[in-house]
Amino acid sequence: MTNTWQDIKNANVVIVMGGNAAEAHPCGFKWVIEAKIENGAKLVVVDPRFTRTASVADLYAPIRPGTDIAFLSGLIRYLLEKDKIQHDYVRAFTNAGLIAKEEFGFQDGLFTGYNEETHSYDKSSWDYELDDQGFAKVDDTWQHPRCVINLLRKHVDRYTPEMVSRITGTPQDKFLQVCELLATTSEPDKALTSLFALGWTQHSIGAQNIRTMAMVQLLLGNIGVAGGGMNALRGHSNIQGLTDIGLLSNQMPGYMTLPSDKEATFNDYMKTRQFTPLRPGQISYWQNYRKFFVSFQKSIYGKAASAENNWAYDWLPKLDLPMYDIIRAFEMMNKGEINGYICQGFNPLQAFPDRGKIRRGLRKLKFLVTMDPLDTETSRFWEDFGPQNPSDAAAIQTEVFQLPTNCFAEENGSLVNSARWLQWHWKAAEPPGQARSDIWIMAGIFRRLKELYQKEGGAFSDALMNLSWNYADPASPDPEELAKEMNGRTLADITDPTTGAATLKAGQLLDSFAQLKDDGTTVSGCWIFTGCFTEKGNQMARRETTDPRDQGIAPGWAWAWPANRRILYNRASADLAGKAWNPKKPIIEWNGERWVGIDVPDMPPTAAPSAGVGPFIMNAEGLGRLFARATMAEGPFPEHYEPLESPAENVLHPKVRSNPAARVFADDRESFGAASDFPYVATTYRLTEHFHYWTKHALINAILQPEEFVEIGEELAKEKGIAQADWVKVSSKRGDVVCKAYVTKRIKPLMVDGKPTHVIGCPIHWGFTGQARKGYGANTLTPSVGDANTQTPEFKAFLVNVAKSNGPEV
Amino acid sequence: MSDLQAQDFIRISATTLTPPTARNHEQEVAKLIDVSRCIGCKACQSACMEWNNLRPEVGHFEGSYDNPMDLEPSVWTLMRFAEWENEKGDLEWLIRKDGCMHCEDPGCLKACPAPGAIVQYANGIVDFISENCIGCGYCEKGCPFNIPRVSKVDHKSYKCTLCSDRVTVGLEPACVKACPTGAIMFGSKADMTEWAGERVDELKSRGFENAGLYDPPGVGGTHVMYVLQHADKPAIYAGLPEDPHISEFVGFWKGLIKPVALAGMAFTAAAAFLHWITVGPNTVDAEDDHHAEELIRSAKEKSA
Amino acid sequence: MNVNRRGFIKLTAAGLAASGMGALGFGHVGEALASSVRAFKLAAAKETRNTCTYCSVACGILIYSMGDRAKNAHSNIIHIEGDPDHPVNRGTLCPKGSALLDIVHAPTRLTAPRYRAAGAGEFKEVSWDFALDRIARLMKDDRDKNFIAKNKEGVTVNRWTSVGMLAASASSSETAFLTWKVARSLGMVVFDNQARV
Repeated sequence: MTNTWQDIKNANVVIVMGGNAAEAHPCGFKWVIEAKIENGAKLVVVDPRFTRTASVADLYAPIRPGTDIAFLSGLIRYLLEKDKIQHDYVRAFTNAGLIAKEEFGFQDGLFTGYNEETHSYDKSSWDYELDDQGFAKVDDTWQHPRCVINLLRKHVDRYTPEMVSRITGTPQDKFLQVCELLATTSEPDKALTSLFALGWTQHSIGAQNIRTMAMVQLLLGNIGVAGGGMNALRGHSNIQGLTDIGLLSNQMPGYMTLPSDKEATFNDYMKTRQFTPLRPGQISYWQNYRKFFVSFQKSIYGKAASAENNWAYDWLPKLDLPMYDIIRAFEMMNKGEINGYICQGFNPLQAFPDRGKIRRGLRKLKFLVTMDPLDTETSRFWEDFGPQNPSDAAAIQTEVFQLPTNCFAEENGSLVNSARWLQWHWKAAEPPGQARSDIWIMAGIFRRLKELYQKEGGAFSDALMNLSWNYADPASPDPEELAKEMNGRTLADITDPTTGAATLKAGQLLDSFAQLKDDGTTVSGCWIFTGCFTEKGNQMARRETTDPRDQGIAPGWAWAWPANRRILYNRASADLAGKAWNPKKPIIEWNGERWVGIDVPDMPPTAAPSAGVGPFIMNAEGLGRLFARATMAEGPFPEHYEPLESPAENVLHPKVRSNPAARVFADDRESFGAASDFPYVATTYRLTEHFHYWTKHALINAILQPEEFVEIGEELAKEKGIAQADWVKVSSKRGDVVCKAYVTKRIKPLMVDGKPTHVIGCPIHWGFTGQARKGYGANTLTPSVGDANTQTPEFKAFLVNVAKSNGPEV
Repeated sequence: MSDLQAQDFIRISATTLTPPTARNHEQEVAKLIDVSRCIGCKACQSACMEWNNLRPEVGHFEGSYDNPMDLEPSVWTLMRFAEWENEKGDLEWLIRKDGCMHCEDPGCLKACPAPGAIVQYANGIVDFISENCIGCGYCEKGCPFNIPRVSKVDHKSYKCTLCSDRVTVGLEPACVKACPTGAIMFGSKADMTEWAGERVDELKSRGFENAGLYDPPGVGGTHVMYVLQHADKPAIYAGLPEDPHISEFVGFWKGLIKPVALAGMAFTAAAAFLHWITVGPNTVDAEDDHHAEELIRSAKEKSA
Repeated sequence: MNVNRRGFIKLTAAGLAASGMGALGFGHVGEALASSVRAFKLAAAKETRNTCTYCSVACGILIYSMGDRAKNAHSNIIHIEGDPDHPVNRGTLCPKGSALLDIVHAPTRLTAPRYRAAGAGEFKEVSWDFALDRIARLMKDDRDKNFIAKNKEGVTVNRWTSVGMLAASASSSETAFLTWKVARSLGMVVFDNQARV
């Protein structure tokens, strides 16, 4: 989230598209209701199903799963055509006026640089034209034919209301009502907030779904302002934290990235990361990358990381592929290339696409370790549970370790929420029986491995041997010790440059990442967290509820990264002179000497507006990007591509039907079904009564939604002779689910390119362990293909068939 | 509400004992359920089960999101979902939290033949006192909202207590506290009525011309009230009664109990005994009613 | 501030017990009434602040447990509700958060390490030492066999691709950091979390 949960109440219009906030995040959604009641806000919901969010919406529009880019590109076209953009904002704060390279182009569904064989792009043309000094050329009058706003105008021109409706199935009048309502927030003192989640990410074009809405928000001048922003409503309680700390194949803490094979030396590595400004006077904050990196290496390797060994650069693993994501991992497992797998609080048999493939992969493992408070399906994949998990245990040679861990109530520690707040929590009871913390288990594995390597030698072990481990009890590091390690310390006195007085003594905890150095005299495990645990104490444990002007900032509650800033890009809340666009809800303003207000400025505090520092300080040009340069896999502008399994042709460019940059493994492609066999569009989702595959273990939640079902519209049910609560069999090319049918008015057939298209909804929550009734799991049906940038699986749009059934065959 | 340190009874079933009256200034409380801001998340159901230690059986999918399907001795509140197409042809998903309405004029209490099994506190809460319950099921019959349920296990009648244990110590009921969107509010009846007025005005400004407060006068008003988008059609909210009244049978019984006050206890025991030997303690059906009516007739004859 | 609020509740609860329903004087009916009004169960329960384990709204919660942490009192969680001071949830909880008690005490909570040998038809309970020794042995043997120190071009790459790990997205940041250190120090790159599912 760019903004806070409570800040949603400042919105004038709320759009929930690509998510179902009322069901998935009810307590955050209260601020939408607050916006409606206290701020007269309107709520718009665009979703294939009439959800519980839609039940309290002012305007609901149905949409075919997987066609959001068409809808939003049509919206962009509408805003440009009707001139409903916030001109001063767009001109000053976005790259609308920057000029793209002459070589850049788009034709018949492909951008320049496409390689048919590798299904990837040479992106060298996706960039700005540079002048002699290396700065991007700009035309603030927007006359140049290749300035970004004109290229965008041309790009979205095809998305007429007729075309949008033809692709998405959204009735034209509903689409136009949405456009009209959203356009009202182009006024400088009006804000639209976008709330989204997996409904946008879980597509083969997921990242571009989100980009398209971000572009809408830039055009409307809604980024950085109160009640605005792009608000990704994240799923798990600490998924933000795990992302921040880089527990992803290619990531390091603080959004640094692992080196690739091509970056043989530390200098090669730094070259592609320390971005120099692309416009005069810009901050380009990643220029400080070296400080973050050196401080990190010093943190985890201590004295063993030095200038002489390039801060132990070689000890980090290098990647030969963009990433070893989960889809690749199970592809490798099926091919016998992965022998061991460790699932810490993770249940891939339920969570990953194409359950059959997941099961086959697990069977090939030599060993599987699960660490979980609960009896997960994954840990028992080898056991026969009847039709929901048929298995011949004797034939499976996998050694399985089921390790019991404590739950949230039985530990101290911090979690990062969706609004980037680091909140500390306290232990209330001992875990049951012999359950132990994940920290204790990881330490146990580490210490045993270290001992084995000390005794026996073996493969490269310098990184293992030199890993810093300065904990009072090496077998069970204390969460506070680890929190301080992430915050970081100075190894030498830090003095105030003007007075010469020591502000921090050697060994003390750092206050801010601005204090980090690249000479090895500072250490920090996660630079964006610096400031969370200082000499003043644990900032994450703060509980001050004061909220200036009741505007939803609460700066003294817990601690937010970066630098306790609550609203990202908040410089953009003020106009070119530094006055708030919305004088009723200012965040920071320029007082003639510095930026002041209710939040920590996202800007050097003394950088005058006249200096022209752009509000998007992490970008080299300091501007919000309507044109993404080379950051995306499938193009610098979003384009509508059909899901990998779709009932429709791509009417914009039939030859390029789905994402041309999607990575599809051969076996997975074989398991895609055709509309002739599987005529209905299916989508998976969560119900408010359950959390993923956990709460079926909680009796109350099992009572509230006891049994697996799918949602089917009345028209399709009638066609298929399916009555309310009948057993049905839902099939994709990958497998069958036998469950109950919920025949509902809330899903209606959509007219797509003149043909009625039925949507079937598949909630995901049931499996074969826990308190609820046994289920097959919706991932039995889903295809194994991911977003081209992130490899997030396409759970939200695929093809199935449905028929009446007699129930599970026992 | 912080003055609710102990509960005063203003009504006690099947007895003419006069409650003390010196402390007569207790504020009436009310729960306001604003259907227009309810997202049907069932947090109220969950919090109710957790707080009150209720765990009904894990059921089946039965063709709607209503789970469990109906109120039960261990289900004191329940979301009822209705898919309704309005005059414009747009779908509205009407979701109503069902449960005890805590009537000002409680039909259950008036129908109850067991002394002290049902009480009404001065703050308006109608509470079931299990020790005194004989499991006859008349409260089920007497309730115009079809709320109480007699347990087949312990033969006691159960329903929402409005978390009288929490309200007593100055807390809001568990469902109220949990409700993520503020669709359930709690306060003095006066404050809730006033707030409901604001909500109705706001709904009217959004085009719900018939928005209104549901506080039915037929039962003297209720301590659980609804804000409805379509107050002219309460039945579309999963059968909310248009104009609830206590049944005539209960009215008759109520008229009777006063003259036969002294016979009350003995009568109750007799009723319970008869009930037990004829149909068992669990169910109330036509036969039960017939026996009860006979009993009442004979009691009337005796007192005459 | 909150301590005061909770203190108040305890006081009122004590007052309630002292005043006693029986004192209202309804004779035997009154006694039955007095004994059956449910006592406020949190009056002396220990309160601990925590964060809901489910979604990323991160609602503040209050965990109530039996016992006052005296040495002989085994702390058992009896109730969980929303933290009214928390700026986001302000005391509210969703249907999952309201039922946190049932996940803490789920009958399917694991209480001992269990091991399933190759081809076996069931789990058997094992000691922690057995489990962790065996895991370390399996990991080391695989790593020694499959670790890639240099690629074909001779570039030092120090990666291990034949054992993978998924990290828990509901574990604390502190757990996550320690996990990162351990996994990467071994050269693991098949490494992911729930950000995508």
